[in-house]
Amino acid sequence: MDMFKKIPVSEQEPKVRATNFGEVCYGYTKEEAVLEAGRCLNCKNAKCIVGCPVSIDIPAFIQEISSENFEKAAEIIAESSALPAVCGRVCPQETQCEGVCIRGYKGEPVSIGKLERFVADWARENGIVPKVTAEKLNKHVAVIGSGPAGLTCAGDLAKLGYDVTIFEALHEPGGVLLYGIPEFRLPKDDVVIPEIENVKKLGVKIETNVIIGKTLTIDELMNEEGFDAVFIGSGAGLPSFMGIPGENSNGVFSANEFLTRNNLMKAFKTDYHTPIESGKIVCVVGGGNVAMDAARTALRLGSEVHVVYRRSEAELPAREEEVHHAKEEGIIFNLLTNPKEIIADENGWVKGMKVVKMELGEPDESGRRRPVEIPGSEYLIDCNTVIMSLGTSPNPLIKNTTDGLETNKRGCITATEDTGKTSRPGVFAGGDAVTGAATVILAMEAGRAGARGIHEYLTENN
Amino acid sequence: MFKIVKKRQLSDKVILMDIEAKRVAKKCLPGEFVIVKANEKGERIPLTVCDYNRDAGTVTIVFQTVGFSTELFGRYNEGDYYADFVGPLGNPSELVIEDPETLKDKKILFVGGGLGIAPVYPQVKWLHEHGIACDSVIGARNADLLILREEMEAVSDNLYIATDDGSIGQKGLVTDVIKQLVTEQGKKYDLCVTIGPMIMMKFVCNLTKELGIPTVASMNPIMVDGTGMCGACRLTVGDEIKFACVDGPEFDGHLIDFDEAMKRQQIYKTAEGREMLKILEGDTHHGGCGYCGGDK
Repeated sequence: MDMFKKIPVSEQEPKVRATNFGEVCYGYTKEEAVLEAGRCLNCKNAKCIVGCPVSIDIPAFIQEISSENFEKAAEIIAESSALPAVCGRVCPQETQCEGVCIRGYKGEPVSIGKLERFVADWARENGIVPKVTAEKLNKHVAVIGSGPAGLTCAGDLAKLGYDVTIFEALHEPGGVLLYGIPEFRLPKDDVVIPEIENVKKLGVKIETNVIIGKTLTIDELMNEEGFDAVFIGSGAGLPSFMGIPGENSNGVFSANEFLTRNNLMKAFKTDYHTPIESGKIVCVVGGGNVAMDAARTALRLGSEVHVVYRRSEAELPAREEEVHHAKEEGIIFNLLTNPKEIIADENGWVKGMKVVKMELGEPDESGRRRPVEIPGSEYLIDCNTVIMSLGTSPNPLIKNTTDGLETNKRGCITATEDTGKTSRPGVFAGGDAVTGAATVILAMEAGRAGARGIHEYLTENN
Repeated sequence: MFKIVKKRQLSDKVILMDIEAKRVAKKCLPGEFVIVKANEKGERIPLTVCDYNRDAGTVTIVFQTVGFSTELFGRYNEGDYYADFVGPLGNPSELVIEDPETLKDKKILFVGGGLGIAPVYPQVKWLHEHGIACDSVIGARNADLLILREEMEAVSDNLYIATDDGSIGQKGLVTDVIKQLVTEQGKKYDLCVTIGPMIMMKFVCNLTKELGIPTVASMNPIMVDGTGMCGACRLTVGDEIKFACVDGPEFDGHLIDFDEAMKRQQIYKTAEGREMLKILEGDTHHGGCGYCGGDK
C-alpha cells in the first residue's frame, strides 16, 4: 500500500450510472476503511478539526476506526454532527478538513469524508441511534425550515433538553437535502430520511405543510403558540433568471424547478404523478454544484447535456469531484460561452439558444478574471430544454411579515456569526437565509451557532 | 392528513369540497390559494380558496376533473383524507385589504367564467358582508355547467348570466354582457375583477381596456411549491417577469401577456395526457399511451 495515496473508493461505472439514479459512489468497505484510517497521523495539533465547520474530533474517530471500534467512532462524530451520512457525501472536504490535512503536504490527504460516511453508514446499518441524556426543560423552541441548518439547530437544542418543533413549508422534511441534491449523490430513503429520523429520536417534532410568513407568523409563534425562541433556517430558495429574451419560452426551467420535480416529487419514478420535461438536447446555464446536479439529472433522464458557462474550467464554482463525475458520464462543457437569447418555435417551445463566446479579462471584485464577450462570435446551440442554474436568494416571506427583523440589501437576514442573533430578541437565524446560497456544512455550522445563541438567551432569561 | 368533510358535485366535472385545515382556515382570505396533494405519490396542485369557515376550521376548494391529479382528487369521498394541504399562499385580493369605507363609493364588476366563478364568489361575498354593492357577470357553456348560481345571486346586487347556447341567461359570451351593461345601459364601473379560463380573461381585459375600466385578473399557472422556489409560474406583466405564487395571483389584467401565459399552460400537456389515460383505463390500461410500456 502506498501511504501517500488515498485508498481508492469504488464507484458505479460511468456508462452504467449515466442511465440510473443509483448512488455513484459505493463508499468504503470495512477493510478499506480500516486501511485508510491507518494513514491518519493522529496529529496532536490537529488542523483538520479547525478545518471542519462543526469541529468534529476527526483524529479521535479515525483512531476508533483503526481499532475497529465503529460504534465509538459514531459516538464521537455524533457529538458534533447530526447529519454525518449526509456530510460524508456532500461536504467540500477538499477545502475543509482534507484541505489542511498534514498527510496532504506530501501526497494525498486522509480521505476523511469517505471515513465519516463509512462510520455513519455502519451506524445506520447496525441500528445505532443517538442517545438523549439531558433532562427535559420546559422551554419551547420553534425552528423554521428542516434543511441542514434547522435540523442541526433542532438536534443540538433537543440534546440540551429543549422542546423543539420544526416547521417545514413543503410536504416532506429535509429542505435542500431532499428537493435539491439528487438521489445519485445523496440517496433519500437510505441516507437522508434515516438521518432525519435520528433527529426526531432526540425528541424533535416536525410539522410539515406550515409556511412561516403565511400559515403562521413569527409573532404568532412567540405570542400565541407559546414558543420562547425561534430559529430561522429557511434557506435561499428563490431562483434567479438571466433576463434575456425568450426566457419564458416553454422548456426553460430554473434548476430549482427541474431538481424539485425530480428529487422531491420523484418525477424519475414512473409511479409518481409529477411530470418532468427533459428534451433531447438540454443546455444547463451555470457552473456551480447545482448546475452539475441538474446536468447529471437530465443526462439520466435520457438527454444529451451541455453545460454552458461564461468563464473557463478553472473558475467553475462546482466541486472538482462533481465536474469530474459529470465529464466521465458524458456531459459536454461549452466553456467561455454566454447565452444571449433563447429561440422558440411557433408554439412557444425552445428550439435553440443563441450564445456568444467569451474571453477572460482583468480580475473583478471576486478575484476571478472577468469574462468579456468576443465581438461577432455569436452562434446557435440547438436544444429543446434550457435549465437556468444561476444561484438563489432568500425567500422574502418571513422578512415581509416580521416587524423589526433586519435584512441586508440582498434580502439576507442580518445575524451574528457566533450565535445567530438577529435584530429581534429571541429570534435567531442561520444558513442560506443569512449568507445566501452556500453549502450544507456551513448551514450546519450556523445551525449549531444558533442553538448556542438560543441556549444562552434562554438561560439568561430564565 | 386533511379530512374531506363535505363533497358536492356542482356539475358534471366540477366538484366542491370542504377540507378540514384549521391553520389555513384561520388565516386565509379571498384571492389566496392553497396547494393540495392527494397522496404520497401525488402532484402538488394549486387551487384558489373558494370559501372558508373559521369556526369549523374548514376551507372550501372547487376543482374540475380535467387532468390526472384533479381526476384523482375527485375519486376521494367525504371522510377520506388528502395527504397534504398547505396555505394560504399568494396575496389576498386588494379589495379585502382596502378600507371598506373607501370601497363603498366604487362600482365594482366581477366577471367569472366556468370554474372561475368559484374563486370570484368569496370576493363578492366579502364585499356583500361589508355592505359594498357590486354587479357580477357569470358565464359557462350551458346551464348544466354553470356553477354556484344561487350563491352568486345571494351576494351580488345584480347578477347577469351568459351561456354559449342560451340555455340559461343570455346567449353569448360574458364580454357581450359587459359591452351591453356599459355601452347600452350606461353603467359605469371603477374596477373589474375577472377570473376564469385564460382565453376569457384575455378578451375581458381587451374589452375593459377599450372601455377604460381598470381590471384585475387572477392567474392560476403551473406551479410546484407555490412559495417562490420553482419559478414555473412566471409570467410577463408589463415589462416585468412576475411569479404568480408570490407576486400574485392577481395582476393588472391590462398588462398581462396572456398569449405567453396560455402557451406556458401547455408545457406538461403530453405527459399529463399519458397519465390521464392510465387512471381512466385503470386495470385495462395496457400501454395505449404509447409510453409506459403497458404489460411489458
